[in-house]
Amino acid sequence: MILYFLSMVLLVMGLYCLIAKKNIIKKIIGIVIIEYSINLFLVLVGYRSGGVAPILVKGMQVEELVQKGVDPLPQALVLTSIVIGLGTLALMVALCLRMYEKFKTFDMSKINTLKG
Amino acid sequence: MDRLEQEIRDTSKGMTPIVKTIVRFVMGIIVIFGAYVILYGHLTPGGGFAGGVILASAYVLLTLAFGKEMGLSKMSNMAASILDNSGALAFVLIGLLGFTGGYFFYNFLPKGEPFQLLSAGSILLANMAIGVKVTASVFAIFMALSIFGRIIYKAAEGEERESEE
Amino acid sequence: MQTYYPLFTAIPLAAAFLNLLLSKISMKVSDYIAFLVTGILSVMAVRMLFEAPFTYAVGNWRAPFGIMLVSDGLSSLMLVVICVISLLSVIFSTKYMTMYTAKPKYYSLFLLMIAGMNGVVITGDMFNLYVFLEIASIASYALVGFGTGKKELEASFKYLVLGGVASAAVLFGIAFLYAITGTLNMPDLAQQLEVIGMTKTVGFVVALFIMGFGLKASIVPFHAWLPDAHPSAPAPISAMLSGVLIKALGVYTIMRIMFNIFGKNELISAIIMFLGALSMVIGGLLAIGQKDFKRMLAYSSISQMGYVLVAIGLALKPGAELVVASLALIGGLFHLVNHAVFKSLLFLSSGAVEYRTGTRDLEKLGGLMKKMPVTGSACAIGSLSIAGIPPFNGFWSKLIIILALFRGGYWIYGSVGVVVGFITLIYFVMLQKEVLFGKLPDSLSNIREAPFAMVMPLVVLAALCLAMGIGYMAVEGHLLDPAANALLDKVAYMNYLVGG
Repeated sequence: MILYFLSMVLLVMGLYCLIAKKNIIKKIIGIVIIEYSINLFLVLVGYRSGGVAPILVKGMQVEELVQKGVDPLPQALVLTSIVIGLGTLALMVALCLRMYEKFKTFDMSKINTLKG
Repeated sequence: MDRLEQEIRDTSKGMTPIVKTIVRFVMGIIVIFGAYVILYGHLTPGGGFAGGVILASAYVLLTLAFGKEMGLSKMSNMAASILDNSGALAFVLIGLLGFTGGYFFYNFLPKGEPFQLLSAGSILLANMAIGVKVTASVFAIFMALSIFGRIIYKAAEGEERESEE
Repeated sequence: MQTYYPLFTAIPLAAAFLNLLLSKISMKVSDYIAFLVTGILSVMAVRMLFEAPFTYAVGNWRAPFGIMLVSDGLSSLMLVVICVISLLSVIFSTKYMTMYTAKPKYYSLFLLMIAGMNGVVITGDMFNLYVFLEIASIASYALVGFGTGKKELEASFKYLVLGGVASAAVLFGIAFLYAITGTLNMPDLAQQLEVIGMTKTVGFVVALFIMGFGLKASIVPFHAWLPDAHPSAPAPISAMLSGVLIKALGVYTIMRIMFNIFGKNELISAIIMFLGALSMVIGGLLAIGQKDFKRMLAYSSISQMGYVLVAIGLALKPGAELVVASLALIGGLFHLVNHAVFKSLLFLSSGAVEYRTGTRDLEKLGGLMKKMPVTGSACAIGSLSIAGIPPFNGFWSKLIIILALFRGGYWIYGSVGVVVGFITLIYFVMLQKEVLFGKLPDSLSNIREAPFAMVMPLVVLAALCLAMGIGYMAVEGHLLDPAANALLDKVAYMNYLVGG
C-alpha cells in the first residue's frame, strides 16, 4: 500500500514541477516524472508479493508459472508507454531547442507572444 | 600504426586517449550484448527496443569519445534515416505478411521447438526489424539534438556578445 | 472487406515510412503517395458503410487475450469522416504546402496522424486505443509546430504540455481499470463493470477519462491550447485538427467509453451536459472579438463541439425516453459530421485566402468576393451552414439537438442552444463582412482566384454542405441511425466478446 502511495506522491511532485516552475526544461522534467509515476503504478498493479518473473525457463512447469508468476501484461504495457514517452521526450527537447533559438531564453514567462 | 591508433593519439578531437582506448575495447562487447538482447528477445527479457537502445548507446559512446566525425563516419544522417524507415517498414510488412495466414500479424512461420533460437515464428524477425529501427532512430535523435543544440547555443552566444559590445 | 479491416491503420503507417524512403530519390513522389493512400482509404471507408457489424481478432488471438478490432455503425461513420476529409486536405496541401519546405516530412506526419486516428476509431482494446491516441497526438504536435516560427513553436509546446498531461490522465485511468477488472478488452470491460457497478474507484476513472479525453476534445475548462494550436498549423492541418482530430481523439472516445463501457449514468450525463453548455457559451462569446481569421474559427470549434457534447450528455441520461435519447444522439452525430465538413471548409478557405493575400488579419482583408468568387462563395456557404441557416446542413443538426433538449425537459440548455445559435450567426456575419464583402483594400487590388487544387476541395465540401442539408433523410437512414443504435445498444457491444 505504501508503494502505491509513494507513486502518487511522485505524481503530485511531477504536477508541481510542471505548474510551478518557469523553466521549460524543468517543465519537461515534470512531465517525465508524471509519466514515470504512472508507469510505476502500472507495474505495481501487476505485482504479487513473492512472485517470480513471468518467464518460462527450461525445466519449469506452466502450472508453476501461473501460480507464482507476476502478471506480465502491465509490464508489456509499461514498456510500450516508456517507448511512447521516449518519442514525446525527444519531440519536447527538439521543440525546446528551437524555442531557445527563436526566443533566446528558457523562461516560459518571457515567452508570451500568444494570448491564450 | 593503423588509423584507429592515430585517432586515439589525436588529442585535438574528442576525449583523452585513456577514454578512447577503453571505448575501443568496450564497443565490441556492447554491440555483441545488444545483438544478443535483440536476437534472444523471444526467450529472455529484452527484445527489439531494449537491444536497439543498447546498440545505439554504443554509437553514442563512440561519438562522445571520438568526436562527431567518427560517429557520423560509422552511421551518417542519411544512413540513419534510411535504416530507421526501412526498419519500420519491415515491421509493418511482417504484419502484412500475416495475411498469408488469414489475419493481420498472424504468426505465419513455423513455431519450432521451445527454448531454441529459431522458434516463436515471426517474433524474431519483428524484433530484428524493431532493433534496426530503434538503433537508427535513437542515434539520429542523439546526433540531431547534440549537433543542432550546439549550433543554436553558438548562435545565441554570439548574438548576446554582440549585444553586449 | 472484413479480412482487410486492419489495413485502415497499416496502409497509412507503411506509406508514411515508404514516403520518407522514396523521397530520398525524388521529392515529387510524396504528393502522389499521400493522394493515393488517402484515396484508397476513402474508397475503403465508404465501402465499410455497407458492412454489418463484425469483430476482428488481430493475429488470430482469441478475444479477451488478443487485440480485438470492432466495426459497427459508429466506427464506420467516423472512418468515412476521417478518410474523406483527409483526402480533401491532401489535395489542398499539394499546392498550399509549397509555401513551406520539407514537404515529404509533412506528408509522413500527416499519414501517421491518419493512421493514429483510424486506429483509435477501429480498435476494441483499451491500451491499443491509448497507443493510437499517442501516435495521432505526437504527429499533431509536430504538425502544429511545422512552420517553426515563434508563434508556432510556442503553440506547439503549449499543446504538447497539455497533451502530455491528458495522455498521462488517460493512461492512469486505464491502469485503474486494469487494476479493478483485470482486462483491457472493451466489451469485456463493459461486462465486468456491469457486475461491479458504479463504485468510487470507477467514478475516479470516469473523472480521469473526462479530463484526459476532454483535453483532447478541448471542452471548456481544458480548452486553452486549441485557440493557439489550431491557427498556428498550416491550413490543411488546421482543417484536419479542427475538423477531425478533436472528434476522433476526444468526442468519439468519450462517446464510446461512456456509452458502451460505463453505460448510462445520471452524474456523467449531468457533468457532460454542463461542460458542453459551458463550451458553447464561452467559445461563442470569445469568438466574437477575434481579429484573426483562423483564431475566430478555432474558438467557434469549441463552441460547436459544445452542441455535440450537450446532445451526448442528454442521451446518456438513464431516465430519458428512448425517443429523446436517440433523437439527441442523431442530432449530436449529425452535428459532428456537419462540423467536420463545414469547419474544414472554412479553414481551407482561410488557407486559400492566406495563400493569395498573405494575411489572416480580418482588418486587412475585405471585398474578396469580387476577386476570388469561387473561394468566396464556398466560404459563404460554410459560414451560412455553421450559423444554422436553412437549407444547409448545420440548420438541421442544431434544430434536432435543440428539439431533443426541449423534449427532454431541459429548457435552460435548450434556450442556451438557441442563444448560442444567434451568437454564431453574429460572428459569422461579421466574418463575412470583414473578408468577403465591404471595401477591397488597395494592397489587394491585383490578387487572383486560388489555384485549382485548392478550389476543388472547397467546392466539394460546399456541395456536401448543401447536399447533406437537402438530403437529410438519406444521411440519417444510412449514416446516423446505425451509429446511434450502436451507441445506445450496450448489450450488443458486450456480445462482441463472444460473437467475435
